[in-house]
Amino acid sequence: MSGEVQGPEAGRADGEYAGLGDWTPEALGVAGAVRPVVAAPHPVLSRAGEAVDPTSAETVRLAADLIATMRVSPGCVGLAAPQVGVSARVFAVDVTGHPKAVTVHGTFVLCNATVVEATRWKAGREGCMSVPDLTGDVKRASRLVVEGELPGTGAPVRLVTDGFEARALQHEIDHCAGLLFLDRVAGAHAVYQRKVYL
Amino acid sequence: MNELAITVIGRDRPGIVADVAEVLSRLGANLTDSTMTRLGGHFAMTLICVGPAAAEVEAALAPLAAEGRLLATVRAVTPDGETASRGEPYVMAVHGADRMGIVAAMTRVLADFGGNVTDLSTRLTGALYVVVAEVDLPPGVAGELAGRLERVAAELGVEVTLRPADPDLL
Repeated sequence: MSGEVQGPEAGRADGEYAGLGDWTPEALGVAGAVRPVVAAPHPVLSRAGEAVDPTSAETVRLAADLIATMRVSPGCVGLAAPQVGVSARVFAVDVTGHPKAVTVHGTFVLCNATVVEATRWKAGREGCMSVPDLTGDVKRASRLVVEGELPGTGAPVRLVTDGFEARALQHEIDHCAGLLFLDRVAGAHAVYQRKVYL
Repeated sequence: MNELAITVIGRDRPGIVADVAEVLSRLGANLTDSTMTRLGGHFAMTLICVGPAAAEVEAALAPLAAEGRLLATVRAVTPDGETASRGEPYVMAVHGADRMGIVAAMTRVLADFGGNVTDLSTRLTGALYVVVAEVDLPPGVAGELAGRLERVAAELGVEVTLRPADPDLL
């Protein structure tokens, strides 16, 4: 899977990246609306999302809507634009309070995010709001470096994370590339009928 | 020593495995490889066991079948030993809107490339159909096979990925 690790975006020097700083959803300056979540086999989920202008009003509204939709969805720790029917490379993540999370960056949205380092691969069970009736065993990096841009300012961000937050980020970045966890399941007996709905 | 291939299927209820395993154990039939799983509302057992004659097992399972709750078949098979796994292990995952012929078309492509399916499961949930197959491929065909699978998947309107299996997973 190392072949899928992508390099940093061309033309941007290492020093330009920063962490999330004091970014909060309030920085978007707009109230998000809850959007309907689409389920597989909807074709938008299998299409690679378009790169976005993180500073555009449309992206900012999408970011706010992703957070709003994530917050009203029980157990949801991440939501990508294709899941609300928008083929774009934008996603929200918030693993705050999750028992499996180690490093936690709170609520954030990244645009045009790419994985730049992925190590310590571990198997784990994943579910997805867009595949509501199934879960699957998927191997993901438990140490992860991701680069992307913040909605609104477009500020470049480099996040270093691990464990469950790393898994959530890889799941959402996959959504933005038109991939579901079903595309990465470990084997014929690694897909399960979901037993617990949050 | 007789080797038997046994299948049992019936409407799912508590006790099917216990009932069947008890019969086999009483006859001194040694259960070797098996899969036992719920498919839809049915419980299906496919097993290989070693020991008694086929007729003996058939007769012993007959009372279970006679109640109309289970369908059992027993067949003697030739014990030609473990087939050595050849080739490179891959996982093919297919998902998309349910329609006729997805498994047929995709596994035909695998077969055309000399791929041997070693394990396969399917799930239908709502409109979503999922196929995950483990397949041993002859060395060097994966790249061309992946392209062909993608073309056939596109014709069927489904998504496919072919990845090397991860032997140390789980």
